[in-house]
Amino acid sequence: MKKFDLLVTGVGGQGVILASNIIGEVALAAGYDVKKTDTLGMAQRGGSVVSHVRLGRGVYSPLIKADEVDIMVAFEKLEAARWSHYLRPGAVAIVNNHAQFPLSVNLGDEPYPDDGEIVGILRRSTERIYLIDGTSRVEALGNPRTLNVFLLGCASVFLPLKIRVWQDIISQRVPPGVQKLNITAFNRGRKEMRRVYLRQGAAEYGARVVDTEDVRGGGRA
Amino acid sequence: MAKMIKLLSGNEALALGAYHAGVEVAAAYPGTPSTEILESIARFDDIYAEWSTNEKVAVEVALGASYAGARSLVSMKHVGLNVASDPFIAASTTGVGAGMVVVAADDPGMHSSQNEQDSRHYARLAKVPVLEPGDSQEAYELMAHAFDISERFDTPVLVRMTTRLSHSKSVVKTDRERAVPGRAVGFKRDVAKYVMVPAYARLRHPVMEERLVGLATFAETLPLNQVLWGDQSLGVVSSGVAYQYSREVLPRASFLKLGMVYPLPENLIRYFAVQVDRLVVIEELDPFLEESIRAMGISVVGKECIPRVGELNPDIIEDGLRRIGLLNEVVSSPGPGVVPGLPKRPPLLCPGCPHAGFFFVISRLGKRSRAPKSRGKAASESGLVITGDIGCYTLGAYPPLNAMDTCACMGASIGQALGMVKAGTSQRVVAVIGDSTFLHSGITPLVDAVYNGGQLTVVILDNGTTAMTGHQHHPGTGISAQGKETRAVKLEDVVRGVGVSDVRVVSAFNIRDIRAALRSSLDSSGLSVIIVRGACAVRAPRHAQPRVIDAEKCNQCQLCLLIGCPAIRRENKRIYIDPASCVGDACTICEQICPRQAIAPQFEVGVVAPA
Repeated sequence: MKKFDLLVTGVGGQGVILASNIIGEVALAAGYDVKKTDTLGMAQRGGSVVSHVRLGRGVYSPLIKADEVDIMVAFEKLEAARWSHYLRPGAVAIVNNHAQFPLSVNLGDEPYPDDGEIVGILRRSTERIYLIDGTSRVEALGNPRTLNVFLLGCASVFLPLKIRVWQDIISQRVPPGVQKLNITAFNRGRKEMRRVYLRQGAAEYGARVVDTEDVRGGGRA
Repeated sequence: MAKMIKLLSGNEALALGAYHAGVEVAAAYPGTPSTEILESIARFDDIYAEWSTNEKVAVEVALGASYAGARSLVSMKHVGLNVASDPFIAASTTGVGAGMVVVAADDPGMHSSQNEQDSRHYARLAKVPVLEPGDSQEAYELMAHAFDISERFDTPVLVRMTTRLSHSKSVVKTDRERAVPGRAVGFKRDVAKYVMVPAYARLRHPVMEERLVGLATFAETLPLNQVLWGDQSLGVVSSGVAYQYSREVLPRASFLKLGMVYPLPENLIRYFAVQVDRLVVIEELDPFLEESIRAMGISVVGKECIPRVGELNPDIIEDGLRRIGLLNEVVSSPGPGVVPGLPKRPPLLCPGCPHAGFFFVISRLGKRSRAPKSRGKAASESGLVITGDIGCYTLGAYPPLNAMDTCACMGASIGQALGMVKAGTSQRVVAVIGDSTFLHSGITPLVDAVYNGGQLTVVILDNGTTAMTGHQHHPGTGISAQGKETRAVKLEDVVRGVGVSDVRVVSAFNIRDIRAALRSSLDSSGLSVIIVRGACAVRAPRHAQPRVIDAEKCNQCQLCLLIGCPAIRRENKRIYIDPASCVGDACTICEQICPRQAIAPQFEVGVVAPA
């Protein structure tokens, strides 16, 4: 049984915690030992959020060591950069191409790093960087709140967990009435990761594309 | 119940463990990271669960239930135990009826707290046993032990959690069902045990001391204390989540894992210590275990390499052990490290927050916030002191509002303000406190201010919930922890009832009224209370007609940015309102304060907001 250490990060209110809970439950159903932990600031919304999810045969620490994350799922670009020192060399970084400005940027006190800088920061650890147009894709699908499961669909390509289990757990965990919408978003995320992003990577910013469909861990949809 | 395997947080696991152990009464006051314990247990409708007014009351409720023969649970954050220390130590003195378990959740790293005290010290002070789980499975299992120990030794049992244990999820397997001890509930009179007049209390003290001796012997064979043999060149004594980090860093070492951290099993520790070449104690915060072990005459290292400040993690432990030569493996090439200089993302008041308008007004009155354009000019000295309290509104201390000068502990704002007035300051003093905090511990200092007099303004920010911890009910809401309608305590009745005659209630979303009430209060010569009332934006998310800024009217004065509303943003020197974040009609603070009337409802420009 291979171990996977995942870091899920974003801004309070984006659905990071639910996403990391879903990963944990899917892995538990697949027979993994699971530990997951969230670090939140003091307020309900708007702060930086990071979840550590650890899957393996036997997991001790709920916190992942620096340089040991296998897969990062970032709902927001600045947060991807902020937690990039957790990535192991050659980790997968799935980064939603979306910027949510902190107050200091809104007030004009600090600049928000541009895409080149963010990819450059991630490239200190890995070339496997995928900038995903998640926010605009789920808006097009009809509900911005499905961003988290869309990104889970992207991440599922790199995990040996059955699609059926992902879909079952997502259906159980999202509010009744939006299950179908969420399953659609998950399937779309998975499909676009395989068909588009896997080939494309962040080549635009100088990162080499190293993945092909063969590296994926997941079963077929 | 059939076999169950689930991913549970430490808090959820404690609640399930207590439920299965037959707890019948549970009480708590919300406090991160402990809140979900009572939230989880309140979902079982065959037990009684309540949000108490504060932690002291919660312990008294649990103690009464225990005296009356029902197993009881009380949970709180670490600083809650400070509030509850009086009845907690009283409970230790009298002992219990049925089992009573007190959970205190520490917050190493201060994720959401004003200090990072180590609650294990209460064990010595109160002379009670302390249990500490290492993950959710242990949290679940430990509850049955805790109630048994409580009844067997006639003592409350303290369970120490930390944020990382409370909020981490891990796998819990259970095939147990709820078992309530079959005994009739009813108080049995026992004056010498339950009435702590000096004559009887003197009899109890030796009983407490004997109890600790008995508990120490019991700890020697308690299965929660485990030896895990590995390589005997290094032995590690650890507990809680620190044990998990240590196992991660030292997979081959020998471990003495303590599930009961007070009193300690001295013989077991000696037995372990003599069989390892070097002994290290790895514990979070204070050297509680380390000092006890050293006092046994055993040579041990601990805080020489493990910090006593902040939350631990595997990296910190690894660095510490390496520094003193206990870890020799070569470091694989060090990673890139933290990226310096990225914009921080501190927590903010939400869009539509009912606290924002008040803070904007007091910040302007007190000359605390200045438009970005005037930055760099010398700040004028504020003639206003704002004593603060604990809740979401503590965020008002941050820029751009800068509207809070003190924050010490629950309810401190009013007493501090009175003290400043009595010290003779010429500054006007305003105490700012939330509704839940006021009911928790703001009433008694208000009575003090009525009784002793003083020129003082007390502002109660009433958002109708305990927002910061996740919207729990409190006496002012009139809904119980289990969702039942109860009698609501009205803040204005309480305030008038204790003798305040100058009481104003204003809408949190009416700037003119807030300003008028504040001005008039600051001009008055006595004690006045302003209740600023408006529903929490998270609980009442209404997004009718988000506001827009008319670029032609806007002269970029940036006054609206001083509200600190996350929906009001600036990009390329243009200020705009994010329609997806703005709550629109429910707030309108920015519209009210714009000097050029450049902010208006969305419909005037005909753009449709996303759903």
